[in-house]
Amino acid sequence: MDFELTNRQKQIRLAVREFAEGEIAPVAQECEIKEDFPRDLIKKAAQLGFIGVFIKKENGGLGLGFLEHATILEEFWRVDPGLGQVFSSLTFGAEELQFFSSEEQKKKYLPPLVKGDWIMGFSITEPEAGSDTASAVTTAKKEGEEYVINGNKVMITNGTVANFVLVYCLTHPEETSRSKRHSILLVETDRPGYKADRIHRKMGIRASDTANIYFNNVRVPKENLIGVEGNGFSQLMKFFDHSRSYVAAHGVGLAQGAMEQAINYVKKRKQFGKTIASFQVTQFKIAEMATLIETARSLVHKTCWNLDRGNVDSQLAAMAKWWACNVAVRVVDEALQLHGGYGYLEDYPIERFYRAAKILELYEGTKEIDKMMIGRKILGVT
Amino acid sequence: MFDPTSLIPTEELKVFRDRILQAAREKIAPQAPIVDEEEFFNREVESLLWELGLLTLTFPEEYGGIGKNKTAALCIAVEEIAKYCASSGLLLIIQAVGSFPIIHGGSAELRRKYLPQMSKGRKLVAYLVTEPSAGSDVSGIRTTAKRVDDYYLLNGSKCFATSGGVAGIYSVLAKTSEEKEKSSFFLVERGFQGLSVGRTEHKLGQRGSNTTEVFLDNVQVPAENLLGIEGEGFFIAMKDFDMSRPAIAAQALGIAEGALETLLQSVREKQNLQQPVKELPILQAIIADSATLIEASRGLVYRAAILNDEGKSNTKLASMAKCFAADAAMKITAEVIDALHILDGYGSLKISDAERMFRDAKLTQIFEGTNQIQRLVIARQVLKEWI
Repeated sequence: MDFELTNRQKQIRLAVREFAEGEIAPVAQECEIKEDFPRDLIKKAAQLGFIGVFIKKENGGLGLGFLEHATILEEFWRVDPGLGQVFSSLTFGAEELQFFSSEEQKKKYLPPLVKGDWIMGFSITEPEAGSDTASAVTTAKKEGEEYVINGNKVMITNGTVANFVLVYCLTHPEETSRSKRHSILLVETDRPGYKADRIHRKMGIRASDTANIYFNNVRVPKENLIGVEGNGFSQLMKFFDHSRSYVAAHGVGLAQGAMEQAINYVKKRKQFGKTIASFQVTQFKIAEMATLIETARSLVHKTCWNLDRGNVDSQLAAMAKWWACNVAVRVVDEALQLHGGYGYLEDYPIERFYRAAKILELYEGTKEIDKMMIGRKILGVT
Repeated sequence: MFDPTSLIPTEELKVFRDRILQAAREKIAPQAPIVDEEEFFNREVESLLWELGLLTLTFPEEYGGIGKNKTAALCIAVEEIAKYCASSGLLLIIQAVGSFPIIHGGSAELRRKYLPQMSKGRKLVAYLVTEPSAGSDVSGIRTTAKRVDDYYLLNGSKCFATSGGVAGIYSVLAKTSEEKEKSSFFLVERGFQGLSVGRTEHKLGQRGSNTTEVFLDNVQVPAENLLGIEGEGFFIAMKDFDMSRPAIAAQALGIAEGALETLLQSVREKQNLQQPVKELPILQAIIADSATLIEASRGLVYRAAILNDEGKSNTKLASMAKCFAADAAMKITAEVIDALHILDGYGSLKISDAERMFRDAKLTQIFEGTNQIQRLVIARQVLKEWI
């Protein structure tokens, strides 16, 4: 058993940290207010090799693992959750292509993502199908050589900025098994009938694009099917087993960033003639935060380490996601608390981090879904 | 559903509560999302609060105050209003906190001069204590008041002043001696030469309240505007806490009740679905925990308030109420957001309401003494009783 990151992994962490502190931190608050992100930043990150590192070399990626991907995202989120989400989402769903699509599809769609030229999205959620993805009713009907897609998706990251989106569609409503009714299709966003409306004023991570999407008789060639018809649900579950590992890393990064801000603050802030770092109550809070973060990071590393060895473990991924994101929410709350009244003002980044944290317990499966998965697995019930 | 009447000490206050609740529901609630989104101080709500007598509630009776049970009345009003708009609830608290040193420290003459202007003239009061380097540590203030002939010369800067930009009168704490704890309160008018209002802060929550910096640059304050005995301002500040902490606790309580009410409305609207949502175990747990925390908070708030009105020491209970109700409000608002995501899903207005309440709740753990300080106060009091 080896808990040490390899030299290469350490170097990646340092390189991302330098980039994040130098390039992301200075523009983070502005991006939050403008609800936008600079495209040249993505290009720069791509040139440095920070985007989609898990994508195989033959498809333009670095062929690294989820541990490296998670580490990179942790560092982005440590500096700014909003832009962290932007970077995380650029390739969100690329796993589906890597696992299930044809060689032609991989060659066509993956390299531009890694180069920072294209952005993708993965549209799953619907008004009546949130955590319960098997209830999705956006329909794809086969007509000759094409699929015709109709329906609405909601709260889709990158809906208005993506070059293409994967769409979780109902193709076999007649199937008795709820897990055999869906398929995943790739839709280029310039196809007629695709419409996306941006959602404004989310509680946090406002730099990241979130949209409602409408498919009105959108036609795609049958080659745009990803994987196998009717296998959408199981393909989606395999995706979640991977994505939860690095969404958990979002939580670790946010918590780490929040704690560091609190540490800097309590070492400078003086009350009662001493720095507040000298008070036991502060020391306890920092000790609790640091310990929580350490447990979360360990769990994320273990999950990623397993994924990179081909051990897909749904229960472990759900544990990592729930725990790390819960740690983020708890740590950022105490970190703001240690800032006192100053933490409540927009002037300190902790206010932005605080608003950002909640989404971690809501997306990629709410924490309730995570716990349900863990509980059912352990108890052997469905 | 939430019937606190068994805890309300008098019939008069029960009637009072119903009147406030109705006004809050009908007139203040619609404004809450707007003041939050646009971040402005709503003068219409202010007028309504004057008309309801809530901005003079703790004044002597001849100046518009309620006869007895002032702390309880303040808490009841704050709770009902904060159910729908925390920022509007805060305005009441600050008015009471800011006028406390004037009511309890001002000479008879001073009160005769200023209280009518404040009540009939509808002047808001701000409480200028906190400074950049003196938050929880009130004795660390650096603003000075130097006696020169028949006036004091005030110099310093104050921050996080609620109502700082909209007040006509300020209660200012300044050091009147080199000795650490020797400070004094002064009544300063907005129009006094040398007083200026700095920037308005952008806050995480309670965004409908006005928070500013206030600067004092050689402000000449007549000697008779000294509030209380020179050098004993710190004690006035501590007495003020005995009233303000239950009031902040009442605000947290109101926010928590508002959040739970939002959730329960959603449950009721979904009553007719195939599988009644009220039977979901996750929801039941959230509803049970929230309702229990609310009842426990209410017990503490009312006890702390009534003790103060009876003239008994409530320092420990006031801190317990503030600390407990604030922590409870954080927990409840966070869980209500989770529950609404399960129930309502995307884009629901209820979720954005709950998100606002969650942001509003955080401030209750911070101001009027952070919860770290409250725990310190509670521990000291408990230890004092035992050792």
